[in-house]
Amino acid sequence: MEKKSSSLANLFLLFIFFILYAPIFYLIFYSFNSGGTMSHFEGFTFDWYRELLHDTRLLIIVLNTVVIALLSALIATITGVLGAIGIRSYKRRQTRNTLLSLNNILIVSPDVIMGASFLILFTMAGVRLGFYSVLLSHVAFSIPIVVLMVLPKLMEMSSSLEDAARDLGASHWNVLTKVTLPYIAPGIFAGFFMALTYSLDDFAVTFFVTGNGFSTLSVEIYSLARRGVSLNINALSTLMFVITVIFVVVYYYLASRSGTKGANLRR
Amino acid sequence: MQNKTFRNLFMLPYALWIIIFVIAPILLVVYFSFFDINGNFSLTNYKNFFTATYLQMTLNSFWYAFLITVISLLIAYPTAYILTRTKHKQLWLLLIIVPSWINLLLKAYAFIGIFGTHGAANRFLEWAGIGSRQLLFTDFSFVFVAVYIFIPFMILPIFNALDKLNPSLLYAASDLGASKWTTFRRVIFPLTLDGVKSGCQVVFIPALSLFMLTRLIAGNRVITLGTAIEQQFLVTQNWGMGATIAVFLIIIMVGFMALTSIRRRGV
Repeated sequence: MEKKSSSLANLFLLFIFFILYAPIFYLIFYSFNSGGTMSHFEGFTFDWYRELLHDTRLLIIVLNTVVIALLSALIATITGVLGAIGIRSYKRRQTRNTLLSLNNILIVSPDVIMGASFLILFTMAGVRLGFYSVLLSHVAFSIPIVVLMVLPKLMEMSSSLEDAARDLGASHWNVLTKVTLPYIAPGIFAGFFMALTYSLDDFAVTFFVTGNGFSTLSVEIYSLARRGVSLNINALSTLMFVITVIFVVVYYYLASRSGTKGANLRR
Repeated sequence: MQNKTFRNLFMLPYALWIIIFVIAPILLVVYFSFFDINGNFSLTNYKNFFTATYLQMTLNSFWYAFLITVISLLIAYPTAYILTRTKHKQLWLLLIIVPSWINLLLKAYAFIGIFGTHGAANRFLEWAGIGSRQLLFTDFSFVFVAVYIFIPFMILPIFNALDKLNPSLLYAASDLGASKWTTFRRVIFPLTLDGVKSGCQVVFIPALSLFMLTRLIAGNRVITLGTAIEQQFLVTQNWGMGATIAVFLIIIMVGFMALTSIRRRGV
């Protein structure tokens, strides 16, 4: 397209960027406020950050969140990669499409429905609400994303590569570990990363399936925010913003290397 | 064949996932919708759903979701259009996406501060001579924050569609004497309709089910289908009614997907 943008268009774009970023920087700005509210800036302080670091309960919650994210992403990646390889091995188009539609159900279904139905499921199955129910649901909603990130890479791989390996006497296991997995590795990393961010970001599903004793960061922020403004949350969000930006940079680096176009379907 | 057993081994965890976390939850939701609060099999929930209160709520929820989708589209389309004409468009696009990676609850929390009685928004209104007023806990703030959250998700698919547009089509249109508006109406918009549709999909369905926003920002003044489901499951503990509303939300979702379906290429 022609590279001509009027000043009016630039102004509009500037306005959109302002709207998008102003609330975030508003939060960050007041995290340094000694006043204790989000409206009057009295003086500069690091108190809220100090308080954050001494809040053991919160640190445990952060640890929970990270453990859940890493574990669920790992399990989801393994299951998803195996599933994607399985899906590819079906030669009939219809079978593949059916599997893919089933795969995508959880991606399109609203969080509330997922949360509510998982709550019923765990109660029926007798799983106690807490760490395991949260972990299982995070694994459950991450698997389809991993499949979607890995499958294009698999489809792109020519099957003659595997045929050649087999002709040369490689076992199934060797073909998998020496040919297939290295080829689709960028897709696997991208999938793992997406699963990680989905898990870290999730609130609604966790809110439904978490019991009394267990909490993740999102759920904790929700219950704090319902009680009103406290600048602890601002300090926390500043730290999370910095971590998020690092994540985005790493993710885009991985995605540009793997060439998968993902990240479009975020809730 | 040995190949097949190998494949079945691969598919086992994935197939288990499909059965336990995709198919079973949906069946359980449908099953539970047929039980009243005392655990008796009945159609009471469905009868209740078709009373004025619930129909009114469903309509309201629809109206808000519609409003949110339309406003997001009206802001996102020009933004995406201008973005495709900037020099470093991938970088600008990345900057648009970054806010969408930030935890939704933190963004909502920021608006509790901004829309608060002494917050930035009210100070701006005072400065503009309009005078401060109650902003938080109104339906205006709910729609505003929801649009804020969804804009990046709307921009992304539209940007991709606009970016794929062949510029020679635009040259042809102007060579044939079409005005800018005619070109937009007859060439650009129809060709980017798929992007608009998938943008509407990622906004409309979550907009029906966001319950944390209604709780935090709208202070229970807005009840969406999502809020109602959360209320029934976690507050009232009437799972049957919650499941019934969930069934209708699923039906609405499937209907909306069919309405805005695009001819998708296989992955």
